[in-house]
Amino acid sequence: MTSSSSAVQAVKQTGALDVERIRADFPILTIKVNGKPLVYVDNAASSQMPQQVIDRLVRYQTAEHANIHRGVHYLSETATAAYEGARGRIQRFLNAKEAREVIFTRGTTNSLNLVMHGYGRAFIGAGDEIIISQLEHHSNIVPWQMLCEEKGAKLRVIPCNDAGELLLDEYRKLFSSHTRLVAITHVSNALGTVNPVKEMIATAHERGVPVLVDGAQAIPHMKVDVQDLDCDFYAFSGHKMCGPTGIGILYGKAALLEKMKPFEGGGDMILSVTFEKTTYNVIPHKFEAGTPPIAAGIGLGAAIDYLESVGMDRIAAHEHDLITYATDAFRQLKDVRIIGTAPGKAGVLSFTVKGVHPHDVGTILNEEGVAVRTGHHCAQPVMQRFGIPATTRASFYLYNTLPEVDALVAGIHRVQKIFG
Amino acid sequence: MDSKNLYQEVILDHNKKPRNWGKLADASHRAEGLNPLCGDHIWLSLKLDGDKVGSIAFEGESCAICKASSSMMTTNVKGKSVEEAEQLIREFRDMATGKLDTGSQPNHLGRLSVFAGVRDLPSRVKCAILPWHTLHAALNSESTISTEGDRDPVETER
Repeated sequence: MTSSSSAVQAVKQTGALDVERIRADFPILTIKVNGKPLVYVDNAASSQMPQQVIDRLVRYQTAEHANIHRGVHYLSETATAAYEGARGRIQRFLNAKEAREVIFTRGTTNSLNLVMHGYGRAFIGAGDEIIISQLEHHSNIVPWQMLCEEKGAKLRVIPCNDAGELLLDEYRKLFSSHTRLVAITHVSNALGTVNPVKEMIATAHERGVPVLVDGAQAIPHMKVDVQDLDCDFYAFSGHKMCGPTGIGILYGKAALLEKMKPFEGGGDMILSVTFEKTTYNVIPHKFEAGTPPIAAGIGLGAAIDYLESVGMDRIAAHEHDLITYATDAFRQLKDVRIIGTAPGKAGVLSFTVKGVHPHDVGTILNEEGVAVRTGHHCAQPVMQRFGIPATTRASFYLYNTLPEVDALVAGIHRVQKIFG
Repeated sequence: MDSKNLYQEVILDHNKKPRNWGKLADASHRAEGLNPLCGDHIWLSLKLDGDKVGSIAFEGESCAICKASSSMMTTNVKGKSVEEAEQLIREFRDMATGKLDTGSQPNHLGRLSVFAGVRDLPSRVKCAILPWHTLHAALNSESTISTEGDRDPVETER
């Protein structure tokens, strides 16, 4: 693929990201919004797709599509090889020990619910406790509340400080002989805090408790090695990492996955079915009932190829430059409060403008072509912790530039002028 | 549409200095309006004087569009009959959703037509309409309405 190798060249030439070369890979970035160049800084909600991934989807639909794991014909074999090839790419990207530890799901929410149904309902009972954190997205709160309600188990919540960092001393105190699971986010979607998950996993393992990590906001932006972290489960989505919507991953240690119950029943997840008895398929297929989003899975594999061709370390360094520059600029703004000030945080800038509701901020920024997210970011407990109903959130990715940060800052000046 | 057109002086003024702000101690009708998607939350109280809206007040937490719409609604319906208020509710809703062009079709909205621009911002239509749905609920003795309900409270009535 020509443009993929051009991304590699761009990196080799400068040692850092050549962001203009990267931008040329993303056709959507050339559109105009309200007559202004699009400034897309809503990447924590969903990222854009490079031409390389679009081309891969087109090639699949044009010349490779059939149902997988079934037919003996050419197209079915081709599609199966491409889909399982994507699983192998994802395994290497995560440094998982085996490909069968990589389960295709519909997205992070679906992955988290799979653990709740497959692991939680089998191994968590009355009086047991699940530890989550103040920083969780609703998708890592609600499934556990549903389980607690069903089983009579209890939720324990790790608090955070005013900077948005989890209090690790409090975390250690939450463990009891009833703790059965820790479910924590790697990076906060609302604040950008990078949690010390490796250390937190070690703490849980010392007490014999498995750990599920919500990696939706981490894996698009930094190198993640599941064996180094030693996490028991790791969940993420394709569409936040240059891939398609409708596809996500649950990584799980093979020994745990084998113990777990299937989440959904249907085709592909069985070895044999009679009316007397059904024998389930081996992992990962035990958790993949029905025809999956084949194109999306192959597209996720292509997205990973793309990100690796750029280099995860370079992406992380580029986003660090962006968030540092943006944070400095926002600190100069009068009547603007940054929510989430943990050191070393990811490329997420959440803020409030005094006297202006975030939805008014978002509408005015949109007039300047700037796409941000406004609201509670599906993290109402975070908003409650900081005593605010909502924030405006800018979140950066590999294709964002320093002049785009300037456009965001100029937009805030305009908001303040209008509401002055 | 340009937000310069939406965030006009009159809207910004009502946002900054909302009229009829507060709660009526002797209200005959009350309702609460909530937009769970953006967190707009208002409380409306009014007192009917015979068939007319004698006094009306609102308070709450909301964006500028919702607050200005609430404020201008209270100044517009005060002294009007219930029937006239219901007509304004329908006309405002039709304007905000693009069914009524205030420039070419007869209506009673007057200065309320500054909100016409929300028709081009689907995510903000609910902000502007919330107080009007809440007024409709209050007049029909429903205590709480939500923009995320599965029915249109005004449409169902008709």
